[in-house]
Amino acid sequence: MSERTKQRYAAERRFRLYGLAAIGAAVLVLATLVTSIGIVGMPAFFQTYIKLDVTVDAADVESGRFRQLTFDAVYAFHPEVTDRREKKRLRGIVSSGADREIRLAVADDPSLIGTTFPIWVRSSDDIDIFIKGQVSRDLPQEDRRVKDNEIAWVDGLVEQGRVETRFNFSFFSTGDSREPEQAGIWGAVVGSFFTLCVALAVSFPLGVLAAIYLEEYAPQNRWTDLIEVNINNLAAVPSIVFGLLGLAMFLNFFGMPRSAPVVGGMVLALMTLPTIIIATRAALKAVPPSIREAALGIGASELQVVTHHVVPLAMPGILTGTIIGMAQALGETAPLLMIGMVAFIVDIPQGIFDPSTVLPVQIYIWADSPERAFVAKTSAAILVLLTFLVCMNAIAVMLRKRFERRW
Amino acid sequence: MKLKTLALAASVAVASISMVGVAHARDQIQIVGSSTVFPFSTKVAEEFGRSTKFKTPVVESTGSGGGMKLFCSGVGMEHPDITNASRRIKSREFKKCTENGITITEVKVGYDGIVLGNAKSGPDFFLTTKDIFLALAKDIPDGKGGLIANPHKTWADVNKNLPTTKIEVLGPPPTSGTRDAFVELAMEKGAKQFPELKALKKSDKRAFKVVAHSIREDGAFIEAGENDNLIVQKLIANPNAVGIFGFSFLDQNADKIKGAIVEGNMPSFERIANGDYPISRSLFFYVKKEHVGKVPGIAEFVAAFTSEDAWGPDGYLVDKGLIPLPEADRASMAKQAKALATLAM
Repeated sequence: MSERTKQRYAAERRFRLYGLAAIGAAVLVLATLVTSIGIVGMPAFFQTYIKLDVTVDAADVESGRFRQLTFDAVYAFHPEVTDRREKKRLRGIVSSGADREIRLAVADDPSLIGTTFPIWVRSSDDIDIFIKGQVSRDLPQEDRRVKDNEIAWVDGLVEQGRVETRFNFSFFSTGDSREPEQAGIWGAVVGSFFTLCVALAVSFPLGVLAAIYLEEYAPQNRWTDLIEVNINNLAAVPSIVFGLLGLAMFLNFFGMPRSAPVVGGMVLALMTLPTIIIATRAALKAVPPSIREAALGIGASELQVVTHHVVPLAMPGILTGTIIGMAQALGETAPLLMIGMVAFIVDIPQGIFDPSTVLPVQIYIWADSPERAFVAKTSAAILVLLTFLVCMNAIAVMLRKRFERRW
Repeated sequence: MKLKTLALAASVAVASISMVGVAHARDQIQIVGSSTVFPFSTKVAEEFGRSTKFKTPVVESTGSGGGMKLFCSGVGMEHPDITNASRRIKSREFKKCTENGITITEVKVGYDGIVLGNAKSGPDFFLTTKDIFLALAKDIPDGKGGLIANPHKTWADVNKNLPTTKIEVLGPPPTSGTRDAFVELAMEKGAKQFPELKALKKSDKRAFKVVAHSIREDGAFIEAGENDNLIVQKLIANPNAVGIFGFSFLDQNADKIKGAIVEGNMPSFERIANGDYPISRSLFFYVKKEHVGKVPGIAEFVAAFTSEDAWGPDGYLVDKGLIPLPEADRASMAKQAKALATLAM
C-alpha cells in the first residue's frame, strides 16, 4: 500500500473516532445530569409516616376539632412536656396537614367515631429529612433545625415502630403546598395538559392550513417571500415577547382571565406556530411531484390531490414537527410569567378557565423556596418533566416510523 | 377523513377562542407582588383556603415593582386585588393608583433580615456597615476629598481585623428587591460614616446616591441571580465566598452556612425582631378597597393574615421565616387592617 493511501485510511479512522468521541461526551454529560437529578430527587418519592392513636367522638366530628385531636394524640407520647414552646415543637413532629388525613379517614369509615384507632400520618418536612439521614446528629444543636429533644422523641417513636417510610403516592395526586411534605405535582401536570391541549387545538390547524396554502397554492411573489421571511424570523423571537403580546392582546384587550390555561395555551400556540409551519412545509415539499401529477392526471381536483394524497403522505413529518413544537412549549416558563401562570395554586384546575400553573413553573417555584425539603421536590419535578418530554419525543419517533414511506 | 379531522380541530379552536370573549366574574382572590413576601402570602392563602369556605387565593410572584404596576393599573375583575411588597409603596406608584381610582389599605406584616453569610468552614466575619461599603462600593473616598476606584483586594485591606481572604461576594442582581434593600440599608449607612460623603448628601443627594448605591464591577461582587438557594449552594462549594441573601435561607441552612456579625449583632430571629440587626426591612401588602365585597373573601383574608395564629410570635408564618412586628405594632396594625383604613400619602 502506498504511503498516501495509508494516510488517507488513517485520516478516515481519525474522523470516525472524533464523531464517536463527540457522542461519548454528549452521553456522559447527559448521564451525569440525569443521575445527579435522580439522586437528589429520589427522596421526594418517599415520605416518612408516624403512627398516632387518635380518639374521635361524635362531638369532635360535629365541631370539626380535628386539629386539636391531632395535637392531643401527639402530646400523648410525652405527657411530661408542658412548656408551651416545647409543646409546639412536639406537635411539630407531624405535618400541619395531619388533621385533614384524620378527618378523611373518619369520613371514609364512620364506624371509627367513638373509638381510639391507629392512623399513619405524614411527619413534618424537618423530621422527614432527618429520618432520611440528610441532617447529621453530630452537629451542634443550634446548627440544626431538628433539636436534641426532637431527636430523642423521634428516636423513641422509631423504637416503638411508629415511624415508617413509604412511597409518596400523594406526590402524584395533590396540588402545590407551602409544606414540602404535602406538596404534589398533579396540579401542575393537569395545568400543563390543559395548556398544551389549547396550544395544540389552536396551532395545529392554523399551522397546517397556513403551510398547505403557502406550499401548494400561494403564487411566488414578493408578498409570499415577505411572509416566509417573517415566519422564519418568528421562530427565533425570544419567548418572553410572546408573553408580552399575550398580556397586551388576550388579557388587556379581550379581557380574558389571568393565570388561565386558555390564555397560556394561546400564547404558546403563537410560539409553536412557526415551528409547525416550517416543519409542515418541509414535509409537504418532500412529497414527490409525481404523486400530485398522477392524481391530477386521473382527474382529481386540487382539493382532492391535497387532502387525499399530499397531506396523508406528509403526515409523519407534520406530526413530528408538531410534537417537537409541543415538547418545546411544555418546557416554557418565560411567556407564562406575563400572563400570570407563575403562581402558587393549590386547587387542581378543573378546566381551561381555572387558574393553573405548569410543570416548569412548579419547578421554578420549588427551586426558589427556602425549605430544605423542596430541594428534593424540585429534582423530582424535573424527573417528571423529563419523563413527559421523553414520552412525547418517543411518540414522535414512533409516528414517523409507522407512517413513513420511502420511495 | 383527514379533512374532517382538520375541520373539527379548527372549529374546536374557534369555539374555544370565542367562548372567552364573555366577561367573567371572579370568585377567587388574586394576589401579585414581591417574591420575598411570596412564601408568607402563599402560606396564608393555603391555610385560608383550607379553613374557610372561600377558594384558595392565587398568588403570583412578580416582584414588588411588577406587582405594583399590575395592582395600580385599574379597578375591575381583570386587575389583582392585593399586591405584596418588600418595600413601601413609592409616591409615584401611589399617584398612579389614585389616578386610576384606587384606594389602598396598607398592611405591614413583619420584617425580613438580609444576611451576609459564608460556609461553616470559612472564616468568621465581624463587619461594620463601613466595612461593607469599603469592600463593595465601586468608588470610595480617597481621604483628600475626591473619589478613587475601589482598590481593596482582600477583606484585610478593608479592615486589618478581617480575614486575609480575597473579597468575593455573591449577591442578587439590580432587578431584585433584596439588592435594593441591601444597598439602602448597608451601603448607604456605611457611606454616611465618611464626613465627605455625608456633606455630599446634604449638598447633592443624587450624587451621593450614585456613590452609595454603586456596587463594584471589577469581579469582587458577582451577580448570582435571584435564586437565594443557588447562592447558598455556591457558598457551600466555595468557602472563601460571602453571599447576600434572605434570613429564611440562613435559618433553613444553619448546618452549612453561618451569618456574618454586623455592627456587633448576629443575624438571629430575636435581634432582627428587636431592630438591633441593622440590615432588615419591612414587608407589606396593599389591598384594593374597591374590590372588597366584589371579590368574596378579601376582608376575611386580610383578617386571617393579621391574626395572631398567622403573624404572631407562635404563628405559622414564623415557622416560614417571617420576623414578627412588636406586639403593640401588631395590635394597632391588625386594627387598622380590619377597618381597612385608607392609605394617604
